[in-house]
Amino acid sequence: MTTTLDTPQTEAVNRAARPKALDVVPLRHWWRWAFSAVAVFLLAQLIWTFFSNPQWRWNVFAEYFFNEAVLRGLWLTLWLTGISAVIGFALGGILAVARLSGSALLSSFAWGFIWFFRSVPLVVQLVIWYNLGYLFPTLGIGWPFTYDFFVVEFDTVRLLSGSVAAILGLSLHQAAYSAEIIRGGLLSVDQGQLEAARALGIPRGRRFFRIVLPQAARAILPNAFNEVIGLLKGTSVVFVVALPELFYTVQVIYNRNQQVVPLLLVAAVWYTIFTTVLSIAQYYIERRFSRGTARELPPTPLQRARRRIATLAGDARRGPRSGRERQRGARAIASTGPVSAHSVAAITAHAQ
Amino acid sequence: MTTPTATAAPRETRATGRAGLVEIDGVHKSYGAHEVLHGISLRVEPGQVVSLLGPSGSGKSTLLRAINHLETIDGGSITIDGEYIGYERRGDVLHELPEKEVLARRTRVGMVFQNFNLFPHLTALENIIEAPIGLKRARRSEAVAQARVLLERVGLADRAGHYPRQLSGGQQQRVAIARALALEPDVLLFDEPTSALDPELVGEVLRVIRDLAHGGTTLIIVTHEIGFASEVSDHVVFLDAGRVVEAGPPQQVLRSPEQARTQEFLDWVI
Repeated sequence: MTTTLDTPQTEAVNRAARPKALDVVPLRHWWRWAFSAVAVFLLAQLIWTFFSNPQWRWNVFAEYFFNEAVLRGLWLTLWLTGISAVIGFALGGILAVARLSGSALLSSFAWGFIWFFRSVPLVVQLVIWYNLGYLFPTLGIGWPFTYDFFVVEFDTVRLLSGSVAAILGLSLHQAAYSAEIIRGGLLSVDQGQLEAARALGIPRGRRFFRIVLPQAARAILPNAFNEVIGLLKGTSVVFVVALPELFYTVQVIYNRNQQVVPLLLVAAVWYTIFTTVLSIAQYYIERRFSRGTARELPPTPLQRARRRIATLAGDARRGPRSGRERQRGARAIASTGPVSAHSVAAITAHAQ
Repeated sequence: MTTPTATAAPRETRATGRAGLVEIDGVHKSYGAHEVLHGISLRVEPGQVVSLLGPSGSGKSTLLRAINHLETIDGGSITIDGEYIGYERRGDVLHELPEKEVLARRTRVGMVFQNFNLFPHLTALENIIEAPIGLKRARRSEAVAQARVLLERVGLADRAGHYPRQLSGGQQQRVAIARALALEPDVLLFDEPTSALDPELVGEVLRVIRDLAHGGTTLIIVTHEIGFASEVSDHVVFLDAGRVVEAGPPQQVLRSPEQARTQEFLDWVI
């Protein structure tokens, strides 16, 4: 058995890299490559069918895409979505605050409302609102606990037209869901924030709108946009109260001319377009509310593309250069605005 | 039950009639069956610096928070220049005031928290001007000018546009102090202002507090920094289990305490 008597010297000194530096090979993700290849293949297949399969009937699609009835249906869909989202979220906000309030009665009332409108399917609710005339032939204001509406009285059937029933149904349904989303957001704000605001004497309303809500918004927004996008497509159920929104209009047309696939495609593409618009809006609104959460926000895809084009243009103007110059160029571009290290790396990689 | 009353020797500031006299008289506070404050009495003269020391759970933070009515009290009274913060006296009964009036009175008292509690979605400058603008004390331009002076004072003039997360802990706490000063309070409360800081950042915050001491504002500081308390305070109060154990000038309480409990605590911390 041998024993080493003198311990080896610890080598904690700064020194230049060894003359023969070892190569570093990053981990290769073979499975990731394989699945990516499969995904690209499937996508290519799908796009190929768009061009090769005559059953899509793109000429019919083109004919009906800007059809007047379709556009009217689309407008109704957007309008219903907009108004129900506004009423739904406003009411949802009130319900959320009621649930979080100290009053047991308000809190239970809000809980009951949410429970009820999350339990009853939207379609059932719409039909009930539409047929409320069976229960109450007239509605109005008068003596409490009587049907003596001496102040004003309305004919229920006339009051609750298809669109009123639809707005009522969609808004109340939406309110129940958004109440929970908003409540979750409010709960996510640190109690210390409220305490600091109270210690500074900031009044209750300002505390809520200036301090709590902007911070809660970060948690609320992703779910809220989910809901609005759901609502946009969910409006298609209002066909049960005979409202000619986008989907119902398309159905009417294809029942007449039997061009089912191209007309469903018309509806699908319109829904996709507005979902895309909402998704882009979501990106920018979330970005706005994430101020102060990161040391520096990453650039938006648009900013990144613009910088890339600027780099390309710069390269084309100056012609080929040595690697060192290129590095400097990238740094100069990076210093023109707040660019994260991430995108500087991207620009540098591109320049090489 | 007798409770030691800590009465500091009146200083010359009293004659000048400056505001910021804090009188705490027989304050009781319980959380359920657990009594955290057993009738505490304390008098802090205007412009004085008082440190509250004691082991955790001794009730020092609760007492501090009761001063600006972030905690309600179950008995006794706390007044600032003779005015109750959260209550109104009618006869021999204190009635809790509606929040609006509490908020108005509370602006006489500034507070600095252990975890800074800066508003993360507002820049340093916006944090400072939030209260003056929200309370309609100043127009925006005036509030901004004042905030810049305050930032200069805490050595952060170049950080006005930074968000709290872009600042170090020490810088955040200095912004929080500037924010508390924006309403020009007569009394400033510090709840363990350096406890959440890395050791190398403690000094910069203590320096700012030291600059505030004896500048006319009454300072009440809950702290574990015995050395700092000894240096900056006119008066040190040692609390344990919701009672004032010992109070007096720092040389006396911290160098040669009369009570064994105080000595025991000091042996632990130093």
